[in-house]
Amino acid sequence: MDPVLLSFSSDPAAFLVVMVAKILVVFTVLMLIVAYATWCERKVIGHMQTRLGPMETGWHGLLQPIADGIKLFFKEDIIPAEASKIPFILAPIMILVPALITAAVIPFGADLTIPAKFILPFSSGLEGVSYIVPQQISELNIGILFVLAMAGLGVYGIVLAGWASNSKYSLLGGLRSSAQVISYELAAGLTLVAVFMLSESLSLRDIVALQMQPLNGVAGFLSFLPDWVPNWYVFSQPVAFVLFVICGMAEINRTPFDLPEAETELVSGFCTEYSSMKYAMFFMAEYANMVIIAAIAATLFLGGWGAPMNIAIFQAVPGAVWLLLKIFTFMFFFIWLRATWPRVRYDQLMFLGWKVFLPLALANIIVTGLVVVLLQ
Amino acid sequence: MANKETMTVNMGPQHPSTHGVLQLILELDGETVVKATPHIGFLHRGVEKLSEHRTYHQTIPLTDRLDYLAPMSNNLGYVLAVEKLLGITDKIPARANTIRVMLAELTRLKSHLVWLATHALDIGAMTVFLYCFREREEIIDIYEKISGARMTSNYFRVGGLSADLPAGITEDIRAFASKMPGLVDTYEGLLTGNKIWQKRTIGVGKISAEDAIDIGLTGPALRCSGVDWDLRRDNPYSGYEDYDFKVIVRDDCDTFGRYKARLDEMRESCKIILQALDKLKPGPILADCPKVCLPPKQDVVNTIEGLIHQFKIITEGFKPEVGEVYQGIEAPKGELGYYLVSDGSPQPFRMKIRPPSFVNLQALPQMVEGSLLADVIATIGTLDIVLGEIDR
Repeated sequence: MDPVLLSFSSDPAAFLVVMVAKILVVFTVLMLIVAYATWCERKVIGHMQTRLGPMETGWHGLLQPIADGIKLFFKEDIIPAEASKIPFILAPIMILVPALITAAVIPFGADLTIPAKFILPFSSGLEGVSYIVPQQISELNIGILFVLAMAGLGVYGIVLAGWASNSKYSLLGGLRSSAQVISYELAAGLTLVAVFMLSESLSLRDIVALQMQPLNGVAGFLSFLPDWVPNWYVFSQPVAFVLFVICGMAEINRTPFDLPEAETELVSGFCTEYSSMKYAMFFMAEYANMVIIAAIAATLFLGGWGAPMNIAIFQAVPGAVWLLLKIFTFMFFFIWLRATWPRVRYDQLMFLGWKVFLPLALANIIVTGLVVVLLQ
Repeated sequence: MANKETMTVNMGPQHPSTHGVLQLILELDGETVVKATPHIGFLHRGVEKLSEHRTYHQTIPLTDRLDYLAPMSNNLGYVLAVEKLLGITDKIPARANTIRVMLAELTRLKSHLVWLATHALDIGAMTVFLYCFREREEIIDIYEKISGARMTSNYFRVGGLSADLPAGITEDIRAFASKMPGLVDTYEGLLTGNKIWQKRTIGVGKISAEDAIDIGLTGPALRCSGVDWDLRRDNPYSGYEDYDFKVIVRDDCDTFGRYKARLDEMRESCKIILQALDKLKPGPILADCPKVCLPPKQDVVNTIEGLIHQFKIITEGFKPEVGEVYQGIEAPKGELGYYLVSDGSPQPFRMKIRPPSFVNLQALPQMVEGSLLADVIATIGTLDIVLGEIDR
């Protein structure tokens, strides 16, 4: 019997089992990366700054994220008397949840063919049946739009946190952040339009599949290239790639765009009044967003889970490994920037967003459109 | 906009970047500063009043705690003022003067390093912070070897120094002063050419030469407004006239200019230190003024005069003649002045300190009003204030 695509209609029980397993795996891996991203950040910046970073908790501080988690968990949870309670409590959740569910649409490998007996070992009558399981929690045909929508939702958490804390620093941080995220989302969204124009699909899975084809097949003048060069969109859309990474950094409030939590100006920005686990949630959301932006940039421009060269030995490596490697490269880049660069000023940030990145992204769309039409 | 309501923000005294306990009452219209009012006094210890009840020597440790980032400069200004009051300025031995100059310049390096570290951190460049503190640590180690203390050196004495340099320290200082210009290049490599750094500093916190003079701005802040004024050259003390150094004058009047000027000053300081090391010859480190300077321990134990002098200076102190003096020096942050009035008793009748930070802080409201909140932080950094000196 030919394998069939596993869906809720084909086999509800197996579908649920597989879904729960996928969610657990992605969530666990994401949270592990988040936890150890803090450790890596401290280590990398530490070594860049001629110090060691955490060394005491475990071997080279490897248990530091766990110690931090325990510490934050047991801290007193303070809600300021003047704060608006419900939004104050909701805000950190509203930041963390969109960050996590964005991971649902990111593909992390080729489709697997699994025997049904393996999924549901105790049910009968499944001999010979096998299912195709995509390595992606949810195969949305509008995956990119979902990503943008979730990124937009995160702003609510920041605004609410700033407003509900009833503190002036928090308010300023919240306002800065919402203005920043909204304006950069626009530019980021426009850079992605150029990608859709090439892929003619909004599904992240299709976009990755397209990028695995050899680059020399795209246009006649590229035929001199060897077959192993993949058609990554970073080659055809370098401007969009650079713009997307920069806008992504602005969206997740990383240096040099970390104004909302600019410690030296606004104390801690929108999370000034937060403590204990609520603070930890902001923290987790920040790092989760970093992972997500890295994953999206890798998926859209660097071939996602595809191997960097179309060579059998590389293609034998599981896709998740390549995706993680690409994510880690981006994360290292973000951390590196934090150690190197100062922070831009609020008005300069808005200027960059509206007057530099937005026109550039628009121009990129026009040029892409022209090239696509000419090549047809 | 019809509704021009402003928001008042209390920045400080507990704020990560007000460099101590400065409180700024900011009136904000959005992120634009409408009005900035500095409130000071949170670190007041009454140094000036305390000194009226101490002998002249006993005040030296108090001066360490004024600008705690540049204790040797504070010591120097004070002992120079007392020496002027006593009229023994010419009797200071050459070795003592050379060491004073060398350590004053080392202190300038130390102070500028902390300034650059915190200024860069305020603007978000955190790595420079740690690089600067790494070098500052070496200066502090040198301090410790010389005076026994890392921060509050208390090393200079009226008439000279408290002790001679320990063996081997000159090599340490020479090694440090030789490598420092290269390290300054490293900092510049991280900041000067960085577009973000330039955008954050060029044109920020401008002040014209006229305004700077009216307010009484001194130090690098004044020289960056195009006023060529450096007490080391224009009113030399401790033999500064014998050193070859350049006074850094720039006319860009902004934060970037002050940043460049201070870095250049650090390079000049290294030159002065190396010159001082070359000049250093063996010799006495205390003036031959038995009524002012403590005698060597040998004399206290072996001679009756020594014992009496020691007893008199310790129990009573020395009595300058009735009169008043003002002595200003070019401290790292600007003109540090001591005004002493003597009524002939062993304690000063009045001591007034002119701390550069206190005067320079007055320029802050003018420099920040109309700019953005983030510029306030940059401007506080560029003025290089230290609250220990402002509040005294």
